[in-house]
Amino acid sequence: MATWLLRRMFQAALVILAMTVLVFVGVNVIGNPVDIMISPDATQEVRQRAIEALGFDQPLWRQYLTFLGNAVTGDIGKSYVFNQPALDVILQRLPATLELAVSALLLSILIGLPLGLLAGFRPDHPTSRAIMAGSIFGFSLPSFWVGLMLIMTFSVYLGWLPSIGRGQTVSVLGIEVSFLTLDGLKHLALPALNLALYQISMVLRLTRAGVRETLHQDFIKFARAKGLRPRRIVFVHVLKNILIPIVTVVGLGFGHTVAFSVVTETVFAWPGMGKLIIDAINVLDRPIIVAYLMMIVVLFVVINLLVDLTYTLLDPRIRLETQE
Amino acid sequence: MKTILDVCDLCTSFGPVRAVDRVSFSLRSGEVLGLVGESGSGKSVTGFSVIRLLDQPGHISGGRILFHGRDLASETEEGMRQLRGNRIAMIFQDPMMTLNPVLHIDTQMVEAVRAHQKVGVAEARRQARDALGAVGIPSPEERLAAYPHQFSGGMRQRVAIAIALLHNPDVIIADEPTTALDVTIQAQILSEVQRLVRERNTSLIWITHDLSVVAGLADRVAVMYSGRIVEHGPTDPVLDHALHPYTHGLIGSVPSRNRRGQRLAQIPGTTMSIDRRPPGCPFHTRCARAQDVCRTEPPPVSRGAEHTALCFFPMEEAARLEVVQ
Amino acid sequence: MTNLTDSAPVRECEPSLFRLFVADFIRSRVALLGLVVFTIIILATVFAPLITPQDPYDLMQLDIMDGRLPPGSSNFDGSTTYILGTDDQGRDMFSGILYGLRTSLIVGVGSALLAALVGTLLGLVAAYVGGRFETFVMRLVDLQLSFPTILTALMILAVLGKSVLNVVLALVIVEWATYARTARAAALAERRRDYIVAAETLAIPSWRILLRHLLPNCLPSLIVVATIQIASAIALEATLSFLGIGVPITEPSLGLLIANGYKYMLAGDYWVSLFPGVALLVVIVSINLVGDHLRDILNPKNKS
Repeated sequence: MATWLLRRMFQAALVILAMTVLVFVGVNVIGNPVDIMISPDATQEVRQRAIEALGFDQPLWRQYLTFLGNAVTGDIGKSYVFNQPALDVILQRLPATLELAVSALLLSILIGLPLGLLAGFRPDHPTSRAIMAGSIFGFSLPSFWVGLMLIMTFSVYLGWLPSIGRGQTVSVLGIEVSFLTLDGLKHLALPALNLALYQISMVLRLTRAGVRETLHQDFIKFARAKGLRPRRIVFVHVLKNILIPIVTVVGLGFGHTVAFSVVTETVFAWPGMGKLIIDAINVLDRPIIVAYLMMIVVLFVVINLLVDLTYTLLDPRIRLETQE
Repeated sequence: MKTILDVCDLCTSFGPVRAVDRVSFSLRSGEVLGLVGESGSGKSVTGFSVIRLLDQPGHISGGRILFHGRDLASETEEGMRQLRGNRIAMIFQDPMMTLNPVLHIDTQMVEAVRAHQKVGVAEARRQARDALGAVGIPSPEERLAAYPHQFSGGMRQRVAIAIALLHNPDVIIADEPTTALDVTIQAQILSEVQRLVRERNTSLIWITHDLSVVAGLADRVAVMYSGRIVEHGPTDPVLDHALHPYTHGLIGSVPSRNRRGQRLAQIPGTTMSIDRRPPGCPFHTRCARAQDVCRTEPPPVSRGAEHTALCFFPMEEAARLEVVQ
Repeated sequence: MTNLTDSAPVRECEPSLFRLFVADFIRSRVALLGLVVFTIIILATVFAPLITPQDPYDLMQLDIMDGRLPPGSSNFDGSTTYILGTDDQGRDMFSGILYGLRTSLIVGVGSALLAALVGTLLGLVAAYVGGRFETFVMRLVDLQLSFPTILTALMILAVLGKSVLNVVLALVIVEWATYARTARAAALAERRRDYIVAAETLAIPSWRILLRHLLPNCLPSLIVVATIQIASAIALEATLSFLGIGVPITEPSLGLLIANGYKYMLAGDYWVSLFPGVALLVVIVSINLVGDHLRDILNPKNKS
């Protein structure tokens, strides 16, 4: 297990390294590096001095090593807009995004799993058919549009829930969170639901397919032949088997959820790093862009690692392989 | 001996198709019944009908299944649940598929104990361990903590048998439990089961396509063809003096030592699909003895009370010799 | 039972694939509806200048006094009726939507086709050449597909800046991988067939085998992928434009129109955002309906 974990972490480090090359090439070769590091307002003379100071006259590989060296120490440059280290700005916004994404994932399981179970166990029931038809919309509708409709319905017309912002927050261990206050929860509800919609469709389809497949297995019949209660068969024998693909999808979906929070945060003016990156792109605050991209890459790699880990814990067959 | 299971005119349908057609047999305490037939003959469906575990859209469409005088065909689902694994147990064909791959063996055994007994987990685990020991699994305490994939096929089938025996059931239905195993393992499992049911006086319905297995194991034999029992009786008379041409063909197609050098007899054609059952006797399309009446009229029951066959022209000594050559 | 015997003669004297196809489509009313709606939309956007009361890009025709009029209002002399209302500039929403649809469709369909070209070519060559090239292409495909579409597009637009061309480029880079994977899978299955082996032994040039034999056999699955991908390209373009990093303000697509109306929606002027949104929805859903049914027809698994 330990060697396996070490190997996986080494692989993860390699991926991150590869992505730094991509991001570096992206911003420094395709884009204009001078624009990235130096404020567009600077005079020609200042620019020239900065180019030399920042080493843009150096060969590319040396520039990359400098960039990498700085990145490792957490120095990605200073945001023009906030006049703070870009990484700090991103990290300040990270909790809001994570709170939104985690809430969305929880919703996707809380809603997707029961609906999927229903559609799986009663495939011909009208409700199940409606659920399956609805899930197609969850896949194909652009999420910003759904977000607008949610605001229009629940905020503008019904007036039940607020449309923008994070509401009242509480500080827990120095991190501001919304979900502990009623006002915060109200603010969280619509964006979380909006962000969850795609994952809900995903989870419920996967659950349904898993249930359909598992129900035909001999071990379910054998479990019935043992005289087990239906509840135990559904919640232990069926659920434990379909949980493995669902954990994978939900886990990997976390990265996608964080990425798509860009859209939801813009619609609901949620002060997370997704809204930050859009603003940064619009004002060309490129250190922020670089910091955001690196943050996302690290997040993705960590998530992949965690998903693999959970996977091996859930499926005994895989656990054995990794031990050997 | 007391009759504990009395199946009477059982019909099981899948949609419009009758997979089991007016099947009747009875099982006495401690008796072993061999249910023989080719695949598609309805023998497994009969077994699953008794324990009421039919796949959709299968359902019992007629007849009675009297278990200790209680009709299982009209029993509630909860009533059946309380019987399953408790008074009537089942062993499946493929041991690789019958145990849940993601649950420990002890989880799967403890839940089986506690489904019918109000005992704590520790007590249930103790019973599970004893059951594993009884079916010949070495160091059962350690094996309890294992997962199914850590067992071989034969060992898994032993676990399944241990689970079936947990509550000392009155009847065990075994659906071709040795077919998927190696020959040597088959023999071990067979003798193990034989010993266990004899010790506990458990009745056994052994479903198989293999007549040689039945010969050594069963007290009585029922031969099924196209959803019907075509011959039924004590093992020796049925195997030595088969009445039905189909049974006779089956026996003829088993290779054996004392007929070495002779050509193996075979039944021409293939099993009639149940949804295309012809009028008259379903076997007439493959029967060398078929007459016009076999093609139009359903066959009557022939011969005495103990050994019966469903045939117009049951085999006689002379005719039998003729067919063998 | 009777079905089997009834359909047997049909299978023997196989009618043209096209006729089967048409018949199948007509049988599925929902898919037919999707096709009809989509055709109407295409026609409406092509002939937009003839249908619309106004050229929404011609500032001379706009009257700021007519800003944010509700649906059904008329302008001051009653010569124009704004059936879907006007936006803050006094622009007729109906005209705006039809012109916006133009941009959305051109970008969506164009990028999907370009991605199809690039992806199919890479997938086919990968399947045919094999070896390191195949490994390389498939690694790229895996990398691309594991990364959220919106992020890839965001990265590209962040680096390159916003323009219609860059949006198309971003969509192509996001979507090529799906085509490559589909084409490769289909081509690999076909490669093992005897007739390809026969063609190879006859020393028929590779490009000919690729284009004349492998490509036509991959087409059904590629067509299905393409329809679905067009819908997702349109949705993604709308999303990017809504975020303000897509097409520039001079060529507003549906996404930009929706974003533009967003701030008035909170004040209760729903139409500026709602109608472009409905138009977007109708386009995406109708393409998906067609695509879904195409998948059912063209999937060989469903044929048997």
